[in-house]
Amino acid sequence: MAGSDPTPQVVIRRSQLGRARGLGSARAGSGHWWVQRVTALALVPLSLWFIANMMRMEGSGAETVARWLHGPVSLVLLLCLIIASFWHMALGLCVVIEDYVHRESARLALVLAVRGGSVVLALLCTVAALRLGL
Amino acid sequence: MVAFSLPANSRIGQGRTFPAPAGAKRVRAFRIYRWNPDDGQNPRTDTYEIDLDACGPMVLDALIKIKNEVDPTLTFRRSCREGICGSCAMNIDGGNTLACLKPIEDVTGAVRISPLPHMPVVKDLVPDLNQAYAQLRSIEPWLKSDTPPPPDGERQQSREERAKLDGLWECIMCFCCTTSCPSYWWNGDRYLGPAVLLQAYRWIADSRDEATGERLDALEDPFKLYRCHTIMNCTDSCPKNLNPAKAIASIKQLMVERRL
Repeated sequence: MAGSDPTPQVVIRRSQLGRARGLGSARAGSGHWWVQRVTALALVPLSLWFIANMMRMEGSGAETVARWLHGPVSLVLLLCLIIASFWHMALGLCVVIEDYVHRESARLALVLAVRGGSVVLALLCTVAALRLGL
Repeated sequence: MVAFSLPANSRIGQGRTFPAPAGAKRVRAFRIYRWNPDDGQNPRTDTYEIDLDACGPMVLDALIKIKNEVDPTLTFRRSCREGICGSCAMNIDGGNTLACLKPIEDVTGAVRISPLPHMPVVKDLVPDLNQAYAQLRSIEPWLKSDTPPPPDGERQQSREERAKLDGLWECIMCFCCTTSCPSYWWNGDRYLGPAVLLQAYRWIADSRDEATGERLDALEDPFKLYRCHTIMNCTDSCPKNLNPAKAIASIKQLMVERRL
C-alpha cells in the first residue's frame, strides 16, 4: 500500500459544494478587465502615432527627436503611450501567470515580479522621455 | 504548473478489434476509449467495425448496437436519444457533442469517441461531472424574489422581458461547452465554466428575479468569472447551438455598467 504506489494520493472529504464555493467571491476583477480593454483601445491610436513619427524621423539625429519631444503634445502623448503599454503588459502577463502557474508561492512571486518589473520599466522610459523632452 | 503530458497510468494503449460481420458492405470503424477502474490496466482504444446498413444513422445508434450485439461491457450514458437530456455528451471526432444528435455520416474515416475531456473518468465514456454539478448549485439557479407572487396567478413578464431568456433556457446542462474550454481544463476547480455561467446569466436576465446585484457580487471574481478569455470553444461545441460566450460577455458588461 503506502510506499508501493508512486502516484501521490490526496484524500478530500470536503463536500463538492463546499469546494465549489471555495473562499467565495473576491469582489474584484471587473476593474482589471475594464482597464485592460481601455488601455488596449488607447494603444491603437497611440501606437500608430508613435510608429508614424518614428518613420518620419528615421535617420535623423538625437536633436531632431529632442526637438520633437519638446512640444508639450508630443511629450504628453509619449508618456500616455508608455503608461498604457506597461499597464496593459502587466495586466496581460498577470492573467497568463494566473492561468498556468498553480503553485501559490510561485504564482505570487511571479505576479509581484511582473508588477514590480513593469513599474520599474515604465519609470525608466518616463525618465528617459522627460530628460529628452524637458 | 499545467501538465502537458499524461501521467504513466493514463497513457492510452491499443486495445482489441472487433471485425465487421462477413458480407457487410458499408463498414465503418469506431475507435472507442475504454477504461475500467477495476482491472488495474491503463486505458485503451478498442476498434469496432460496424455495418452501417444494419445500424441507425446517429453515433448513439452505433454505440447502442455495439453494446447490444458486440460488446456488452462498453459503458456510456444515454437516455432520451433526441438531444434533450444531455446524457450522451462525449467527444466524437475531436469535438464535444451529443452522440444522439451527431450523424455518423458527418464523420470522415474512423469515428473516434472518448469521454468529455479533462474530467475524471468513472468508466469508459462516463465522466465524473460532480464538480460541475456542484458549481451549478453554487450559483443558486432558482428564482429569488422578496416580492410575494400575486395571490391569484403567476409572476408575469412582458413579451420583451421573456424574449431575453431565449437562447438561455434551452441549455440542457450536457457540459459539452464547459469541458471544451481550456480555461476550465487549467482552472476548473475555481473557474465556473461556460455552462454554469450561462445558467447564472439566465437568472440575472430574468425580469422576475430580484437578486441581480447579489448574483453579480457572487460572480465578480478573477477566477469564477474572469478566467473566460473569449476562446469561443463553448459556442463552437454547443450541440443546442447556444452561445455561452455571449452570455458571459453580457455578465462582464453588467459588471462594468454597475461601476459607471
